[in-house]
Amino acid sequence: MRKPTAVAAGALALTLLATSCGGAGEVEESAGADLNVSVGVTDDTVTIGTHQPLTGPASAGYLAISQGASAMFDYINDQGGVHGRRIEYLVKDDVYDPTKTVEVTQELVEGEEIFAMLGGLGTPTHSKVVDYLSEKGVPDLFPSSGALMWNDPEQYPLTYGYQVDYTKEAKILAKYVAENFPDAKVAYYYQNDDVGSDSIAGLDQYLADRVVADAGYESTAPEAVGGQISSFKEAGADLVVCACIPAFAALGILNAVGQGYQAQWVITSIGSDTPTLRALLKEYAEDDGLPVDQLLDGIITSGYLPQVNMVDDPWTRFFTEVHDKYGEGELTNTRIYGMVQAVMFAKALKAAGENPTRQSLLDAVESMEWNGPGLVPFASTAEDRGGHAGVLVQQYRAGDGEGVMEQLQEPMVTDRDGGEIVPADFDRLGPDEYDFHD
Amino acid sequence: MASSLRRDDPPATAAAPARPAAPRRRALPVLARHLAAAALALAAIAALTFLVGPLEHLRIARVGYLLLAVAGLQILVGASGQVSLGHGAFMFVGAYTTALTVLHAPAVPLAGVMVLAVAAGCLAGVLVGAATARLHGPYLAGATLALAVGLPALALYFSDLLGGSNGLRFALRGTPPELSGLLTDNQWKALVVWLTVLTALVVLATLSRGRLGRRMRAVRDDESAAAMAGIPVGRTRVTAFVVSAGCASLAGACEAYLLGTATPSSFSLALSLSLLAALVLGGLGSLWGALWGALALVYLEAAGRELADLLGLGSSVADNLPPVFFGVMLVVIVTAWPTGVHGALRRLGGLSARQRTPNPPSDPPSITTTGA
Repeated sequence: MRKPTAVAAGALALTLLATSCGGAGEVEESAGADLNVSVGVTDDTVTIGTHQPLTGPASAGYLAISQGASAMFDYINDQGGVHGRRIEYLVKDDVYDPTKTVEVTQELVEGEEIFAMLGGLGTPTHSKVVDYLSEKGVPDLFPSSGALMWNDPEQYPLTYGYQVDYTKEAKILAKYVAENFPDAKVAYYYQNDDVGSDSIAGLDQYLADRVVADAGYESTAPEAVGGQISSFKEAGADLVVCACIPAFAALGILNAVGQGYQAQWVITSIGSDTPTLRALLKEYAEDDGLPVDQLLDGIITSGYLPQVNMVDDPWTRFFTEVHDKYGEGELTNTRIYGMVQAVMFAKALKAAGENPTRQSLLDAVESMEWNGPGLVPFASTAEDRGGHAGVLVQQYRAGDGEGVMEQLQEPMVTDRDGGEIVPADFDRLGPDEYDFHD
Repeated sequence: MASSLRRDDPPATAAAPARPAAPRRRALPVLARHLAAAALALAAIAALTFLVGPLEHLRIARVGYLLLAVAGLQILVGASGQVSLGHGAFMFVGAYTTALTVLHAPAVPLAGVMVLAVAAGCLAGVLVGAATARLHGPYLAGATLALAVGLPALALYFSDLLGGSNGLRFALRGTPPELSGLLTDNQWKALVVWLTVLTALVVLATLSRGRLGRRMRAVRDDESAAAMAGIPVGRTRVTAFVVSAGCASLAGACEAYLLGTATPSSFSLALSLSLLAALVLGGLGSLWGALWGALALVYLEAAGRELADLLGLGSSVADNLPPVFFGVMLVVIVTAWPTGVHGALRRLGGLSARQRTPNPPSDPPSITTTGA
C-alpha cells in the first residue's frame, strides 16, 4: 500500500508543478487601470461601497461609523442627492477579518460595480485590498484608519487618507503636556502595533526624558491590564499618555481606580470618545453605582472632528439634527466620524461635475479646499494625502448629561518629524455654506 | 475482521509468496478510480466557472479549500476518533508558510510553495500529535483548543518576521499570459485551488481505503482490540494527526494563494470551531460529509445574508442574521439527521436501493470518492 501513496504524492507534485511555470511570487507590474470611466454611475444613482465590521468583537466600537454615514447619505438623498443622483451606500460586513475583507471587496468591485470605496475600516483589513483597488482603478477615499501607508501616492495612487496621523497627533499632545505639566513623570500606555509605535515616535520628540514607565498591550488578546497599571504606579508616574482604543483606555482607568492609583490621563483621539468610554466603564465594572463621570472628569485628549458635546459648533448641531431624523441609537463621536466621511465624499462628488468619472472624482479630491467639517485643515493633494493635518487639545469636564469638552489649545498642525507646531490657518465653513448636495 | 487486518500488516517475508500481488492488484484500480473521479470533478468545476459570474469564482475556491480542511478533520475525527478544536492553527501554519516563501523566495514555483506548506503542516502535526497522542476526549480537545488560541499569537510575538496583528500581504501570479484572454485571475486561482484540493483528496481517499484507513477505524472503534490485533495504536493516532494537519496546512496555503494575505485574526478559534461544526453538519465518517460541510460554510452564510435582505430587517438584526441562520440550520440538521447531511442522503440512497434489490450491501464503504 505504500506504492499508491507514493504515486499519488508524485502525481500531486507533478500536477502542481504543471500549473506554475514561474515563481509564485514573481508578478509583473500591471499597467494602470483606465480611470476615465463612470462605473457605478447611472442617470439617477451613484453606487459606492465600504467594508466594515458589522458583527464580531470589533463591531461594538465601529458599527456606528457606517450607520452614521448611512444616515447622512439618507439626508443627502432626501435633499435631492448630488447632481440629481441618489448615492447608494453599500456596507459589507467583513467581521474585521482580512480574509473576509478581500472577499467582500471583490464582491463590491466586481459584483456590485461600485464607483468608489469610501472609508474601508481597519489597518489589518484595508491594507489587504489597497493593492487590489488600485489595480482595478477604484478610488479609495478616506480609509477609517490612522496608518501611515494611506499617504503614499507612489505606491497607492488612488488612496487618500482621512484620520489624523498618529505621530502628528501625539507630537502636538506631547508638546502641550511638556509645556503645561513641566514636572510630570510620564508613563506611556500603548497598543502593541503601529498605533503604539507611530504615537511613541511623536511623543518622544517632547517627552523622551520624562518617561518613567512604559507598557503595551495586545489588542487581539483581551486581557487584564492590571500589570501595566501597577508598573506605572510603582514607577511613580503621575501622568499617563494612552495611545489606545476605547476598550483598553476604559480597562486602564478601571484598573487605576481599583489600585487606588491617581494620575492625569491623556488619551489620543482614537480612544477618547467619552460616550463610548462611559458605556464601556459601566459594562466592565458591572456596577451601576460607579461614578463614571467623575472618573472621566479632567481627561485631556486631542480631537480633529466636531464632537457630540461641542453644543455650540454649527456642524455638531447639524449632525444632531440629521441623526434625530435618520439615525438609530444615540449620537456618538463615532457616528459623527462616519457622517463627516459622507459629507466629504458628497462634496467631492459634487465638485466632480455633472458627469463624474473616477478621474474627475480624484481630480476634485486633489484640488479641493475642504474648509471643514473637521476642525483642522485636510490634506488630499497629489503629493500629500495625510488627511486631517493636526489636532486641538481639549479636556473633558463632567457635568449634566454629556458633560462638555473644554478647549485647552486651538487647532495646531505640524509634520511627522522635527518640524514646528503652528496654529492651523483655515476658514471653516458651516453646513449651510458647504456645497455637498443639490 | 482480525484476519483482514493482519493481512495488511508488514508481512513476514515468508508470508509474501502466499498472496503475491493481491494488495497491489486491488489497490491500483482504487487509485485509478479516484484519479479518474477527480479529473471528472475538476472538469465539472471548470465548466461551472464558465457558467457562473465572477463573484462565484471566489466562493467556489473557498468551498474548495474549506473542503480540504474539513476533509483533513474528517480523517482525524471521523476515521481515527480523535478530536481537534485547533485545526485553524494548522491553516495558520500553511498560510504563513506560503506568505513567507512568496515574500522571501519569490522564485519558488507555486507547487513548491504548496509542498513546503504541506511539509510545515505535517511537521507541526508530528509535534502536536506526538504530544497529544496519549490524551483522550476532553483532554485532547483542551490541548488542541490551546493550540488554536495560542499559535496565531506567534505572529504578534515575532512581529518583525510575521507582521504582527496586521499580518502579511503579498502578490501572486494570476492567470498565465497565454490564457489571460480566456480566464480571469479569480477563475484561474479557483481552478488551481480545486486541482490542489482534488489531488489531496485522491491521496486521502486512497489512504482511507488502504491499510492506514483500516487501522484508524480499528483504533477508533476499540483501541484494545486494535492493539491485540497487532496495530501500533500510538503510531496510527499520530499518523492520522499528521495527515490531518498536512491537509489543513495545505488548505491554509490555498487560502493565502487565493487572497494574497495571511493575518492572525483570520485563524481565530471561531474558524477552528466552524470547521468542526461543518464536519458534524456534513456527516462524520465520509469525505462526502466534508463537501456538504464546506458548501454549508460558504453558502448558508450567503443565504442568511440574502434572507436578511429579503426580509428588509433593520441593520442591527440583519447583520447578525447570517451567523444565527447557520447556527439554527446546524441544530435543525443535526437534530433531524444525527448522521449529518451525508448520513441522510445515504439513508435515502439505501432505501431506494433496498426497494430495487432484496439484499442491500451490508457494509457500504464508509469513505468514498466518486467525484463531486
